[in-house]
Amino acid sequence: MSEMLQLHDVSAGYGSFQALFGVSLQVNTGEAVAVIGPNGAGKSTLLRVISKLIPITSGSLVMEGRPYNELPAHSVIGLGIAQVPEGRRLFPRLTVEENLRMGAFLPAARENFAERLEFVYALFPKMKQRRLQLAGTMSGGEQQMCAIGRALMSGPKLLLLDEPSAGLAPVVVQSIFELIKTIRAEGYTVLIVEQNIQQVLKVVDRAYLLETGRIRMSGSSAELLDSEEIRRAYLGIA
Amino acid sequence: MEVFDIFLLEAVLNGLLLGGLLALLALGLNLIFGVIDVVWICYAELMMVGMYGIWWMHVQVGAPLWIAFPAGIALVAVLGAAMHHFVIRPVLSAEPINQLLVTGGVLFFLQAIVTVLFGVEFRNLGVRLPSISVGEMNFSMARLIAFLIAIAAIGGTYLFLSRTYLGTAIRAISQDRTIMPLMGVNPSKIYLMTSAMGGGLAGLAACLLVLQYDLHPAIGLSFGPITFLICVLGGLGNLIGGFVAAFVFAQFISVGGFFFQLEWGYVIAFLFFIVVMFWKPEGLLSKRR
Repeated sequence: MSEMLQLHDVSAGYGSFQALFGVSLQVNTGEAVAVIGPNGAGKSTLLRVISKLIPITSGSLVMEGRPYNELPAHSVIGLGIAQVPEGRRLFPRLTVEENLRMGAFLPAARENFAERLEFVYALFPKMKQRRLQLAGTMSGGEQQMCAIGRALMSGPKLLLLDEPSAGLAPVVVQSIFELIKTIRAEGYTVLIVEQNIQQVLKVVDRAYLLETGRIRMSGSSAELLDSEEIRRAYLGIA
Repeated sequence: MEVFDIFLLEAVLNGLLLGGLLALLALGLNLIFGVIDVVWICYAELMMVGMYGIWWMHVQVGAPLWIAFPAGIALVAVLGAAMHHFVIRPVLSAEPINQLLVTGGVLFFLQAIVTVLFGVEFRNLGVRLPSISVGEMNFSMARLIAFLIAIAAIGGTYLFLSRTYLGTAIRAISQDRTIMPLMGVNPSKIYLMTSAMGGGLAGLAACLLVLQYDLHPAIGLSFGPITFLICVLGGLGNLIGGFVAAFVFAQFISVGGFFFQLEWGYVIAFLFFIVVMFWKPEGLLSKRR
């Protein structure tokens, strides 16, 4: 299995506030990996760092063997890294299809727009029905589908998902995790940040536990589910 | 009584013609505000510079109008990009009042520099288009052409914003700027392009106005405040609101001026503006693009 994304000893923060302390992690081609941890652990910061929305203060970011510390944020998607941001962040007054078009903004993606659109609509038939609806008027679950669809429009190699289940009704949360399985089955490599630990560990191969900006633990999903610490602190099982 | 109605109709139609031009100016200002969140108080002065540019090319240099007009548009487009790069970019994260004051400074700077270069005398292009008569009504040909071109430019801008990737990005960035890099969009580049586009629209307005008005360094003041008030009236940054408000405002000026005196048209229009601000401070159409 080859490495796709690697973080070596990455530190980052906002102004004088340091949010990540020497984080190292790796995502291999074809894998689904989760970063779990409590609120405020730095999980979303980690994804923002990978997308270069926040600069790193030390360490290095490597995609497919190529370091990209120096790349501006808007060029990261060109490496094949697409992010579904926290809270979905659709353009509320653009239609579903216009949101999807924004996902294919890169010249390389524009060429395949029709094909990608067909793929996304096949994955989410509901989005096809809603294609001319303003994105801001849809339900949370539908918006999450649209946000994932938008990220898939660029034809990424690696999909970053930031708290996809946050703020959704329990029954919708179920369907979002089913969706992540489907996306995996399509051959995408996935890095997902989640607070819903029990659920996410069922759909990923491996996970890292992030606490106060540091990786505390890592291992296969089964190992983490069995771990005394995780069971006690996060799953409420003695 | 019948004659009265004919003249009223003439006033309404002239208001419509004026509305198209004001809508063009409002579009440019709104576009820039919607994307960058800064009001260019000096917007009409960019147009004024364009008018002088066209006049200089045509009258001083002797270039034909078909060269002077596109050159004028290009000049103001470049000026718009320069305005963003040198004036707005350094104050992008400053307080809104400071941003406003900086563009106010540019207003007087441009007026002063044009005065230095060309003096305070009234100038004109020396091109007088005929007026056309329909029944007992008279319309200026220049106004009619200006209206048609302004409407075509507004339509073209609408198509650009709704059909192209870049246009969609321009609308998207005004809704959520922080995630634009995740789409592969470089916001700085969009800002610069929008500024150039806003400048280009002011340049087009310069072409249309230079056919109707004598120019002098303060001519921007005849259009700048009105353009700004129209944008506020329609909901600042709301392109459709600005379009509607331009025609409403122009009717107040034209029909109000018809019932009383020309100057009274402006008094009534501004009074209407003040009343709307009490009643609906967010503008006639709420912020929507």
